[in-house]
Amino acid sequence: MTDDLDDLRAALKAAPAPDEDAKTRAMRLAMENFDRLQGSHEASRSSEDRPRAAPLNGVRRMFQYLTSRPALAISTSAAALLIGVAVILPVADLRIGKPVVPTEAPKEVPVAKKAEPMVTPEPAPATTATPTGGEGATLTAETGNTAQSGADAAPKPDAEVVATDELARADASDTASSAVVAESAPEAEAPMEMAEEAAPVSPPVGDLVMGAEPRLRAEAKMEGGGTLGYLAAPSTSIAAAPEVMPAPVENTEAYSNEAPNPVKVTAEEPVSTFSIDVDTASYAVVRSSLTGGYLPTPEQVRVEEMVNYFPYAYAAPEGDAAFASTVSVMPTPWNPGTRLVTIGIQGALPEVAARPPLNLVFLIDTSGSMEDANKLPLLKQSLSLMLAELRPEDQVSIVTYAGSAGLVLPPTAAKDRAAILASLENLSAGGSTAGAAGLELAYQVAEGMKADGEVTRILLATDGDFNVGIDDPEGLEAYVARKRETGTYLSVLGFGRGNLDDATMQALAQNGNGTAAYIDTLSEARKVLVDQLSGALFPIADDVKIQVEWNPATVAEYRLIGYETRSLRREDFNNDKVDAGEIGAGTQVTAIYEVTAPGSDALLNDPLRYGAATATEDGAGELGFLRLRWKAPGKDTSTLVETPITGQEPASTETRFAAAIAGFGQLLQGSVYLGDWGWDEAIALAVANRGEDAFGYRIEAVNLMRLAESLSR
Amino acid sequence: MLMDTPDEMLATAAAGGDRAAFAVLVGRHYDRIHGLAWRLTGVKAEAEDLTQDICAALPVKLRNWRGEARFTTWLYRVVVNAAHDLRRRQATRLRAAQGWGDWEIARQDEIAVQAEASDWLAQAMTRLSPELRDTVALVLGEEMTQAEAGVVLGVSEGTIAWRMSEVKKRLRAMAREDAK
Repeated sequence: MTDDLDDLRAALKAAPAPDEDAKTRAMRLAMENFDRLQGSHEASRSSEDRPRAAPLNGVRRMFQYLTSRPALAISTSAAALLIGVAVILPVADLRIGKPVVPTEAPKEVPVAKKAEPMVTPEPAPATTATPTGGEGATLTAETGNTAQSGADAAPKPDAEVVATDELARADASDTASSAVVAESAPEAEAPMEMAEEAAPVSPPVGDLVMGAEPRLRAEAKMEGGGTLGYLAAPSTSIAAAPEVMPAPVENTEAYSNEAPNPVKVTAEEPVSTFSIDVDTASYAVVRSSLTGGYLPTPEQVRVEEMVNYFPYAYAAPEGDAAFASTVSVMPTPWNPGTRLVTIGIQGALPEVAARPPLNLVFLIDTSGSMEDANKLPLLKQSLSLMLAELRPEDQVSIVTYAGSAGLVLPPTAAKDRAAILASLENLSAGGSTAGAAGLELAYQVAEGMKADGEVTRILLATDGDFNVGIDDPEGLEAYVARKRETGTYLSVLGFGRGNLDDATMQALAQNGNGTAAYIDTLSEARKVLVDQLSGALFPIADDVKIQVEWNPATVAEYRLIGYETRSLRREDFNNDKVDAGEIGAGTQVTAIYEVTAPGSDALLNDPLRYGAATATEDGAGELGFLRLRWKAPGKDTSTLVETPITGQEPASTETRFAAAIAGFGQLLQGSVYLGDWGWDEAIALAVANRGEDAFGYRIEAVNLMRLAESLSR
Repeated sequence: MLMDTPDEMLATAAAGGDRAAFAVLVGRHYDRIHGLAWRLTGVKAEAEDLTQDICAALPVKLRNWRGEARFTTWLYRVVVNAAHDLRRRQATRLRAAQGWGDWEIARQDEIAVQAEASDWLAQAMTRLSPELRDTVALVLGEEMTQAEAGVVLGVSEGTIAWRMSEVKKRLRAMAREDAK
């Protein structure tokens, strides 16, 4: 890897020698401008405060700046005064970032209607119209042909408004513009008049080459000349030099997903086994994509996490039971020939006052990539929100990792909020990510905070970047899996996009007996860390596994919707060594099967000619048999709960809403099982069953569906 | 005598109107500006244009010279900003001209063309986001320390460190793809 850098260094060092002519020309230009400037002491605009951030920020700022017509007029006339040019402003189109078709571009003529609209070009595709040669400016000037210059003319105006050029921008700050204008007035006048008369006049080539003319004047004339100028020059090299284009920031996100579960034939594989999954990260990622204006990719969609994002009002467990399961059966919304079997698990909500003391280790990624507003700053806000929910005897400590891992805040009682908040506030991004070292330190700290009867949890907050010191994700997972034996839980909070290593987050949370949540907004932080704090932090059942044995007499085919990353082998169900998901206090988990009865039109597989129908004496007429295994937190042996699925269980608005969300997820995945069922049906189903929805999560989902519908057209 | 004068003194003198000092200063740094311009743009013709623009603007820019930083640091910042402006102009032009769909198609086409060009450097640089490219140009091309590069780009040293590790990651990914 050092080789790569060395190669790059060597390649970069081999800069081509500057052209002597160009150098002489530039030097002379510099000297002339220097001479011209003497005596004029208008300060130019500082370049020091110029974009420190990415070029794209500048573009964004520019869009903001262009939002009002007066602002436009001012900036335009400043530019026009200086360079005397007709400027075309495709304002509205620019603002909403819509394509501007070259033929439509030259509509508005600002600058006090002085100039004629430039040219109406042939609607030539700009890619082909863009000259490929490096001498494009001159070339264009000479030919002055409409198609060519028209194509150039269309994009040019905004380029000018954005920045005109280095000099104009430097000088045009309000009054300062007069400095140069005043000096170069005689030269600037003439071309301006030219522009008034008729725009598309090709100036003499000599002007364009800028050899003899000082740059300031040269520009003025060229721009006055109408359709081209030295501003056109950069564009000509775009085709030749894609590497200077603002390539979108390369996305290094990694997602963990498997192909959707296929339909299984009960006669061949009557038993379906999986671990519950209480993660919600996928829904938040989907939401962040949709509100960002693009459809999530199928691998970003994990249906079970979308379904489990929402609270459901399932029957609460009775007595001391850790959880209750509710089964319901209803016709499948997207397929009249099948039925949906929904298994809802409701965790018990122990009295909040009785909850054990909590030891929390915030393991915070402070690498350079966390600098964005939706990362470290949001993280700080989120954790401050959560702090208010803690009780005085709870303990908090903060470990950061970046460059070197460090203990920022030794274990501190939650009642000392000021100290905790101060440490949070002092966190700043910088350095590479040394995730492994940080994790080790966090486990050490957690170990030290542990006491009998207390819950210890590490909350890893990251954008998912573990890029230094750990080239071995499996090693990290194994480490976390070993550490989970110590009883410390590990939850992962994902922040930001672009770098999100969802796969690693999932792996860590699954192996660390924790949950993975993705936090994209402060309200999501509130949901995860405040509203559902007890569920997120206090497990009531560990290693919860679900096994359903389907009755071939009543179910010919079945399909588990989602849970692809959570499937277990049949024999793992009874093996207490095999890890599975945890249920937090008061949380719900929902799993949905789509089942097809024998003889139904909706069967996808033909019956086997020689397949013998299995005779079932017991439980004839039952759809299947549900087995649940779970461990009390910290215990090694599991408890088995068995319930028959009779097929008579009624559906409720809760399960119908879950079905709507499952449909939503499958629509996003482009599932083949939905037939003609589309967005409108999903929306209608969700709206009809949104229930009380005190927090508005469900109506938000409906709006996301509408958004997805529009985006998918 | 002027030949031995430090940049900073020359710049101060030039800002005060000393023609000879300005001439020496530009002469001394033209190659440096051109080098960085090339590293930032990757195209010789464009680097030349950009350098010329910067030279032409330098007398005005020097008005802002306060002698607070090393002259080269200040100058690098001027060059980087000019390159950013250039990119921005190109971005806006392109987008306004073609619309997102065509723009993306054109971009992909150009990336494809670029890949065929088998110019390793161009390929490597194309993989990097503009921020990473700037960082690489300064740290590898100009052999600045991460702290210096941070000052020029206006970000923290840690961010530069992270960007460089990011660059390594991309290069490794590229090497892997090439190996296939």
